[in-house]
Amino acid sequence: MPITAYLVLGALVFAIGLFGVLTRRNAVGILLGIELMLNAVNINLAAFARLHGDVAGVVFALFTIAITVAEVGLGLAIVIVIFRVRRTIDADHLNLLRG
Amino acid sequence: MTAETVGFCVVAVVLIASSLGVVLAPNLFHAVLFLAVALVATGGVFLLLDAAFLFGVQLLLYAGGVVTVLVFAIMLTERIVGQRLSQTNRHIVNGALVSAAVFVALAGFLVRRPGGAALPAVPGDATVAIGTALVGRYAGPFELLAVLLVAALLGALYLARTED
Repeated sequence: MPITAYLVLGALVFAIGLFGVLTRRNAVGILLGIELMLNAVNINLAAFARLHGDVAGVVFALFTIAITVAEVGLGLAIVIVIFRVRRTIDADHLNLLRG
Repeated sequence: MTAETVGFCVVAVVLIASSLGVVLAPNLFHAVLFLAVALVATGGVFLLLDAAFLFGVQLLLYAGGVVTVLVFAIMLTERIVGQRLSQTNRHIVNGALVSAAVFVALAGFLVRRPGGAALPAVPGDATVAIGTALVGRYAGPFELLAVLLVAALLGALYLARTED
């Protein structure tokens, strides 16, 4: 397969994830969209690692996965705190920081 | 049609369908299950790209760890399982337009660049090279990542603790 096929697949998954981030009401749903977008980036990294025969792309994909795990842990902790304070995680109703 | 082409088509269809399920499923719990399918399908893409180690990490960390944590978060924050309001906000048309525009821009750029040739085969097992790179050239970032993970998870623990 040409690399373009993998890159277009990554772009499509990225766009789908972006749609989820933009349209989900629930904060956990927004996190799901971010997961998809980061995942799409990993496809690109792995594809370029294969194209150039260089492991740097795979190593960077590993770093991305680890950072995503940290991001999910922190994001869900924040979601749980928000739920405890406001009894909702509907992103449309979260305006605590509005001036 | 080579085996790689067939495999790519199957994995791509599964990945796109489950990704759409993630963003469109009315029940958030189903969305997480679709996400698990999408992550495993991405692992399939890694296998096609001869990154077997990445496939293992993807299954262990993402499909195993992240999905479990997400399920816990949903169970902790949803008051009534199975019955709730619309999951999408009023920006659904705008969101679709913006994401379609992003995809068209990216794909338009990608198909105009040269690179139609098939990917070269990778000689041997790349896992050894990955291990060497992680403790050699990328040892600094790797250790920094460990510190970042500990800091992030301690922060998450601190945030989510109960007051008593």
